[in-house]
Amino acid sequence: MKLNVNGRERDVEVPEDTPLLWVLRDELQLTGTKFGCGIAQCGACTVHLDGRPVRSCMTAVGKVGEAKVTTIEGLSGRVTDAIQGAWHEIDVPQCGYCQSGQVMSAVALLTKSAKPSDADIEAAMKGNVCRCATYHRIRQAIRNASDSLEG
Amino acid sequence: MSNDRLDTTLSRRQFLHSTAAAGAGLVLGVHLPAKLSHAAATDAASGPFSPNAFIRITPDDIVTVIVKHIEFGQGPLTGLATLVAEELDADWGQVRGELAPADVTRFAHTLGPVQFTGGSTAMANSFMQMRKAGAAARAMLVEAAAAEWGVPVASVTVDAGRVKEIAGSRSKRFGELVAAASRLSPPTEVTLKKPEDFKLIGTHVPKLDTPSKTNGEAIYTIDVQRPGLLTALVAHPPRFGGKVKKLDDTKARQVAGVEDVKILPEGVAVYARGYWAAKQGRDRLDIEWDEAHAETRDSERVITEYRELAQEPGLPAGRRGDPDAALASAKTVIESEYVFPFLAHAPMEPLDCVIEKQGDRYEVWMGAQGASRDHTALADELGVPLEQVQLNIQLAGGSFGRRAQHKSQFAREAAHALQAIDGRAPIKLLWSREDDIRGGFYRPIYVHRLKGGLDADGKIVAWQQVIVGQSVQKGGALETMFIKDGVDLTSVEGAANLSYAVPNLDVSLHSPELGVPVLWWRSVGHTHTGYTSETFIDELLTAGGQDPVTGRLALLAEHPRHRAVLTAAAEMADWGSAPPEGRARGVAVHESFGTLVAQVAEVGRDAKGSPKVERVWCAVDCGLAVNPDIVKAQMEGGIGFGLGAALTGEITLAAGRVVQSNFHDYRPIRIDDMPHVEVRVLPSAKPPSGVGEPGVPPIAPAVSNAWAALTGNRFRRLPFRGARA
Repeated sequence: MKLNVNGRERDVEVPEDTPLLWVLRDELQLTGTKFGCGIAQCGACTVHLDGRPVRSCMTAVGKVGEAKVTTIEGLSGRVTDAIQGAWHEIDVPQCGYCQSGQVMSAVALLTKSAKPSDADIEAAMKGNVCRCATYHRIRQAIRNASDSLEG
Repeated sequence: MSNDRLDTTLSRRQFLHSTAAAGAGLVLGVHLPAKLSHAAATDAASGPFSPNAFIRITPDDIVTVIVKHIEFGQGPLTGLATLVAEELDADWGQVRGELAPADVTRFAHTLGPVQFTGGSTAMANSFMQMRKAGAAARAMLVEAAAAEWGVPVASVTVDAGRVKEIAGSRSKRFGELVAAASRLSPPTEVTLKKPEDFKLIGTHVPKLDTPSKTNGEAIYTIDVQRPGLLTALVAHPPRFGGKVKKLDDTKARQVAGVEDVKILPEGVAVYARGYWAAKQGRDRLDIEWDEAHAETRDSERVITEYRELAQEPGLPAGRRGDPDAALASAKTVIESEYVFPFLAHAPMEPLDCVIEKQGDRYEVWMGAQGASRDHTALADELGVPLEQVQLNIQLAGGSFGRRAQHKSQFAREAAHALQAIDGRAPIKLLWSREDDIRGGFYRPIYVHRLKGGLDADGKIVAWQQVIVGQSVQKGGALETMFIKDGVDLTSVEGAANLSYAVPNLDVSLHSPELGVPVLWWRSVGHTHTGYTSETFIDELLTAGGQDPVTGRLALLAEHPRHRAVLTAAAEMADWGSAPPEGRARGVAVHESFGTLVAQVAEVGRDAKGSPKVERVWCAVDCGLAVNPDIVKAQMEGGIGFGLGAALTGEITLAAGRVVQSNFHDYRPIRIDDMPHVEVRVLPSAKPPSGVGEPGVPPIAPAVSNAWAALTGNRFRRLPFRGARA
């Protein structure tokens, strides 16, 4: 089966019901995407399909088709720079394990809506669990990134 | 490993003694563990300069600090590197951090011959050791430069990563002095900086691990790749204490990618190429369990039993005055009972370990919090001397205590899994989230029964408290250290030593046995004693007509540090001003691990009528804050972690089976429940104490006290949003 991952065509031989997460991690060695729950409840496995955030642990690889898969390793562009810069600026991560997923969700949010309200931020980020509870800084970093994109 | 006593009594006294002159600019003796191999660096002119076990400077000018405490978010990688960089006068940009491997000969805790991270002690135990390591390296670089220039060492200094003549113009990069410095003997004494000369300590130094944790490059155990690696998943018994009776693995072996199935002491292991095949295989196992010795009670039944036990006093844990007489003569007596559920740690990265046989040696990758204990356990299980097991400590995706087990049960499971296939392939043992939530090692269930007496003036004259719950130390590695006369000090910490000047006090403890494995959980005994101490004092003060802040302050005359954080938090919250419509404020102050934290929570109602925490003001005194921003982050995170548990955290058993299984029913806090948090770090010249745990205990009682102010109702059963609250 062919997949478009981070702009490259990849060939994988796996059963179609294999979750995209495990294809990325175990077949393609793209380990930035993390396993947290396996049932789309924590968001650690968030990747983009054609720019849309999805939970790769519940996305069967057979359903991906020609959609462009972007993982944390393949993120780039103005919004990505703004988000990662904001994350650095106020040292958001603690253990860091969930942060690939947080960044993926935050980039998708600001790509769709450059000036999100607090309610927009909560709605977009509610699916991403952080057991270190870095939420206070995640909220702040998204606001800062949004401001920097405006300027 | 988390322990109050470890930090606040025995060792703290020694620590304070040894650091009384901390940073006074005095000459101090240095005895630091050496780097592993002396020969390697001195022979090769281009090799690194490793003056001791903690520092490696390479010709490219990079200073790598070897950090003996595991990093799972609490910040030692940056914090300990800061201590070295400060005394070395390195430029922060040239500093890197690296986690030390398991090697108790070089990386033991300063408290004793074990390598571990816990009890919020990383900074306290490393503060002098790492500074001395940096100062020793600096002295050698200076000596090397002085010799080369033919000048006295006193005429050479170091500034921002350059060694230079004080009066002259000559200077050298660290990298240029690596070869010459490597030929020198480490100094036997060093001079440490005076605090007023600190350039990095006390400032917001950017964290070393932020970039790699923002772009996906950070490598955790789960990310370790080895050629030919098999993923192993283990089917564990559905009830604690169960064993495999009969196995039919026919269907599991039919799954494409499944390579083998083996019975282990812990359950049944399925080995496969990749997680998904292993999971498919495990799902198809047909196992009959022997549950003759399994725990089969409901958690509700356990709570009922504990409530009965709480009617009678337990073993004495703390006593002042004559509480019986004081209660008998009190004008008003208030009684209250509190129930705390099992809690799982549920770190984001589930438990995992990569283990590989390499001839007669083994290499292991693991986020081991109790590094030397896990190292020993692995060698024991594998049947080889310790020297033949290389345990690489990995970044860990959270722990909260879960990755430090008394008997290294998880490390042993990994060894068993490798042995069962005769080490023929490297394996990655991985627990699923369900394994984690149902895997035990919980914060125990506790029941507290309290009685308080007020005199005619509303003054608190008596406090009687009975605590019931499993000991987290019993049968463990630290049992003799922490169980005294039958009392687990970590079950009563924060209660038996109640800070308030209540003249008559009686705290006692029952530690019943239960077939459910339990463990320390971020802030240990303070997770429940902080709640009872701070909500019951609030209730008594309110009943006596006193303000929660001024009433507390009046009872803390002997505790200036408590008073200072409480006063600061109250000031930040503008305590006494009217909260916004529909909200109320509550306060709590608690000491744990030598650190004082006060929090004020402003609470309203959510759409379902349960508490919604809008704002939290937090003041912390952790001694000298090496990195104030990390201290703030730990307070924010501790508040979120503690609040999540208080709102929804609960593990229950139905006929011995764990009811919850994943994040949909063991519900962690999410961004929409995270309050706005403001933290003030109080200035202090005292040696640093820990910050990983102390942010947790005050939040639940502060919220509960606010809720009582808002509604008149007090939460006596946790979690607040639980069915029985």
